[in-house]
Amino acid sequence: MKKILNLFLTFLKIGAFTFGGGYAMIALLEHEFIDKKGWLDRDEFLDMTAIAESTPGPIATNSATYIGYRIAGIAGAVISTIAVCIPSFVIIYIISLFFDRFLEFRYVAYAFRGIQVCVVYLIASVGIGMLKTLKKDVFTSVILILVIILNIVFTVFSVNFSSIFFILISGVAGIGFYVIRRIMGKGDSDDALS
Amino acid sequence: MLYLKLFLTFLEIGAVSFGGGYGMISLIHEKVISYGWLSESEFLSFIAVSESTPGPLAVNMATFIGSSQGGMVGALAATAGVVLPSFIVIIIIAALINNLLKFAGVRAFLSGVRPCITALIIGTAITMFLSYFIGFDNIGSSISIDWRAFVILALLVGLNLLLKLRFHKKLSPIVMILISAALGVILYGI
Repeated sequence: MKKILNLFLTFLKIGAFTFGGGYAMIALLEHEFIDKKGWLDRDEFLDMTAIAESTPGPIATNSATYIGYRIAGIAGAVISTIAVCIPSFVIIYIISLFFDRFLEFRYVAYAFRGIQVCVVYLIASVGIGMLKTLKKDVFTSVILILVIILNIVFTVFSVNFSSIFFILISGVAGIGFYVIRRIMGKGDSDDALS
Repeated sequence: MLYLKLFLTFLEIGAVSFGGGYGMISLIHEKVISYGWLSESEFLSFIAVSESTPGPLAVNMATFIGSSQGGMVGALAATAGVVLPSFIVIIIIAALINNLLKFAGVRAFLSGVRPCITALIIGTAITMFLSYFIGFDNIGSSISIDWRAFVILALLVGLNLLLKLRFHKKLSPIVMILISAALGVILYGI
């Protein structure tokens, strides 16, 4: 019980300070659970980070679920996940109540026009940052270029094609490409997909 | 049934939002625009709000849309929806298949998903750029160039380059948002 309360308070605190997205939060988690509490060892923490990044969902909630489960079972997972969401839920709920009226002020609207430019820039720089971490091989480049082109063409011609299909088709193509490589005997799996 | 629709829409977003943070941006964008929950510029404004407050973008977006469409209950339904899929997936992994990432099939799947997510983010940035800077939404729209937006973008890029090359520093998103808010007031106000 004490552990669960401790988990709740820790994730409440982490949820309140995760400015700058999931990756900033990983440093915070490391400090709390490895250095301060000693509840996880470094290897398990690295596994957790890899899993949180490669499964769907935000890194913040994924790592809360994982750590909560490891430390106190299902109850720990539920409590930690709820705790990490509470601060942003409360803040955003309050903002949502007056956001429309806030935007009606003329100078606020001007400020937000400037901010919208910045957001386009931020999204582009996140994309470019991710681009640098990708593997430089033919398969990756083909997927990348095809999806960029199709995504823009579909938007321009107002074709209704959900991103979900892009994601699933690319995943299946990844498996197909892996199978083909195995059949043709070009390198083993570790070499191809690390 | 609005609450169910909110729950299911965000369940779908939560289930395929690989890549954290901005990974789900193109999907959220397409859903909230096509349902008429937000306009293009409200969407961009809200991303800025989400960047300036704690919490993951997907969760913040779910809470915001849920609340503006269906009050407190809507906010709870949408937020629960976006968190639930990953909650279940992580429990299964933590309980049963700790070495999930060592399976070749899973890694092969992710080797396709990663470039796709990157492409979707870049594609979203490009279509937003076309829409916001030159008013080009689709093949039928007439072009109207927003020169102030170009000036703000040029100043942001220039400032970042200067800091990076001369001082090896990076501006945090919040600082950049504040700077562009000031630029917006100055440029659009005159």
